[in-house]
Amino acid sequence: MKIKRPRYKTGQLAMLTVLRIIIGWHFLYEGIVKLWNPGWSAAGYLQDSGGVFAPFFKWLASAPGLIYTVDTMNVWGLILIGLSLILGVLSRAGILAGIVLLAFYYLSHPPIIGADYALPSEGSYLWVNKNLIEMIALAVLYVFPTSRILGLDRLIFGDDDEEEIFLTNDTPEAFSEKTLIEQ
Amino acid sequence: MNMEQSQQNNKKKINRRDIVKSLAALPVLGAFFIGSSSKKAKDGNLRDKILNELNIKAQAPPPVGSMAGDPVRLGIIGVGIRGTQLMRGLGFATDDWKNTMKENALKNPKDKRLSDFLDQENLNVKVSGICDVFDVHAERGINAGTTDKNTPVRYRTYQEMLESKDIDAVVIATPDHWHAPMAIAAAKAGKHVYVEKCMTHKLKETYDLYDAVKASDIVFQVGHQHRQTQSFLTAQDIVKKNVLGHVSLIQANTNRNDDNGAWQYKIHEKASPQTIDWQQFLGNAPEIPFNKEHFFRWRKWWAYGTGLAGDLLTHDYDRINCLLDMGIPKSVIATGGVYTHRDGREVPDVFQVAMDYPDFYVGSSQAAGKEKGMTFLYSATLGNQYNRKTLLMGHDATMEIGSSLFVYPDPRSTRYYDWLSNDMINTSDPMYSYNPSSKGVDAVTGATAKYFADKGLMYTYRDGKRVDSTFLHLKEWLSCIRNGGKPSCGIEEGFQEAISAHMATLSVLTGKKIEYDADTQRIANVEDNELMKIGLA
Repeated sequence: MKIKRPRYKTGQLAMLTVLRIIIGWHFLYEGIVKLWNPGWSAAGYLQDSGGVFAPFFKWLASAPGLIYTVDTMNVWGLILIGLSLILGVLSRAGILAGIVLLAFYYLSHPPIIGADYALPSEGSYLWVNKNLIEMIALAVLYVFPTSRILGLDRLIFGDDDEEEIFLTNDTPEAFSEKTLIEQ
Repeated sequence: MNMEQSQQNNKKKINRRDIVKSLAALPVLGAFFIGSSSKKAKDGNLRDKILNELNIKAQAPPPVGSMAGDPVRLGIIGVGIRGTQLMRGLGFATDDWKNTMKENALKNPKDKRLSDFLDQENLNVKVSGICDVFDVHAERGINAGTTDKNTPVRYRTYQEMLESKDIDAVVIATPDHWHAPMAIAAAKAGKHVYVEKCMTHKLKETYDLYDAVKASDIVFQVGHQHRQTQSFLTAQDIVKKNVLGHVSLIQANTNRNDDNGAWQYKIHEKASPQTIDWQQFLGNAPEIPFNKEHFFRWRKWWAYGTGLAGDLLTHDYDRINCLLDMGIPKSVIATGGVYTHRDGREVPDVFQVAMDYPDFYVGSSQAAGKEKGMTFLYSATLGNQYNRKTLLMGHDATMEIGSSLFVYPDPRSTRYYDWLSNDMINTSDPMYSYNPSSKGVDAVTGATAKYFADKGLMYTYRDGKRVDSTFLHLKEWLSCIRNGGKPSCGIEEGFQEAISAHMATLSVLTGKKIEYDADTQRIANVEDNELMKIGLA
């Protein structure tokens, strides 16, 4: 019998959901602020890129017309990912898109030895920075999904809350007894 | 549980519990929109309040008239480095340049120099004549200026060019010691003049050129193209609205650290007494035998050039003069020497200038009479290129200016005391910033708006599009020729620029503090024999 994910304990479910929602909040607000500020453009940030991928990011900023697309995709990407995470709707796609976006931010300004950026960051980082941590946190949410328990995905894909774990050689009955004893 | 059971489970009827759980995060979204809207309202009100109070308008550039009608017939005098750039600004590039740029664009798609050039507006001019004492440069000018309908005539001397009825206007991009003699002759011949900085090489010439232009009907423009830079037009308004408080100190700098920047220009392999009219190059300079280095690197000798004062101080001086209209300083003291390029040159490569304006006053936030006077500090080295900012330092705020512009409140400001106390603004973020390449004016958005600014000498922006400021400056001159009007850097501005630069040169050469008498419009404490001795009479 195939092993599925064990049911979350209440604290686990609560914390994973809170993590999903606050990351969603962060994405949504970053997007909304940019949407509200008509003068905002990623051009300066991209021009300031460092590391091995810098030529690509600088190209994004300098190719005529392209920066408009980049700005629009970034703003709406942030907003949609934010909504996806907060509401738990199409969460798997939202999480993956969030990881990709954060990977872009990370790779354009990698905190490598010798990197020096005009746009200051508010902390001190070596290899690991907040973009990377947020990206890994999203990866955690990808493998510990919550949107089908607390989120609109529950209505779309069905309730994921009731799934239980069965060890390969156990019958459902034997497993239930075992878990009862452990609990 | 097998797949079938799982699907059954998923397809089970949606109950109230499912609805509640699936919408569990909805209140979060509600809180988000309440929170972000009230933050937006607060920031927006703050931003509006600051912008309204400061009342800075990102000025649109003055309109330029139509280019219609018969083409203006131009004579180009001097087709060296700058002359070639000016010809491109006018719409004429050599085949060599176009081919090189085509190759560059293929190698690097970011290199837009060719397409920028090809997209440049047609100024409706024709290059009727070329004058250069070096055959290679003259041929280069003819190649660039040739079109299907027109081949420029090569004039052996500028006098012949000025006598021609086929020339309406001249662009002078020769070594400095030729600027005034040519511009004076052109004014007398009724030809419009665009002359590179420094406008003159010697003190007396400055008065002669001023008189000649005043006595003529020509349109006269000095090549300070940054007057077209949009950030400077905005900065003018900032000064006018007294956002900075009393400005007591201005600093501007030149930092270069490469041979080209130190005037070690390439010596052309075809240069020889056969290809260069050496006597004509010398003109009023002391007689010496043919010397390739003097010909190509003329900026290194006082006989032909005006040193850092004429080449680069003039740009920075005029950048500030177009903001403050401060004119000629009361006194100038300068120091310097040849410290970074000890290759036999005469002209200092490290040069510091203090220009004093004891009567300077544009307004204040403090008690009347407390503040008056200002010093303009110019500091240059050709042995280091650390980017020192151009700063206008006032009692209430500091303005950093380049192609972008930032205004930082001063911690001890009188005018912004309340705003600073209420944390409406802080001293580490600009309270006003203007980035013409961005989509709009940005106030109080903090660190994200901080980009490094250059001096605004290369490009500026019109309607969000990058434009060569030299092109705009030439266009303004041509518009005044066609439609009348006053160019932004005319003879008055050129006179102030030249006298101020010459005062700095005189100070470094005589070791004296040079004083200017505004009533007689003469330098007060340098005798003619001193000028003769240093060759700047």
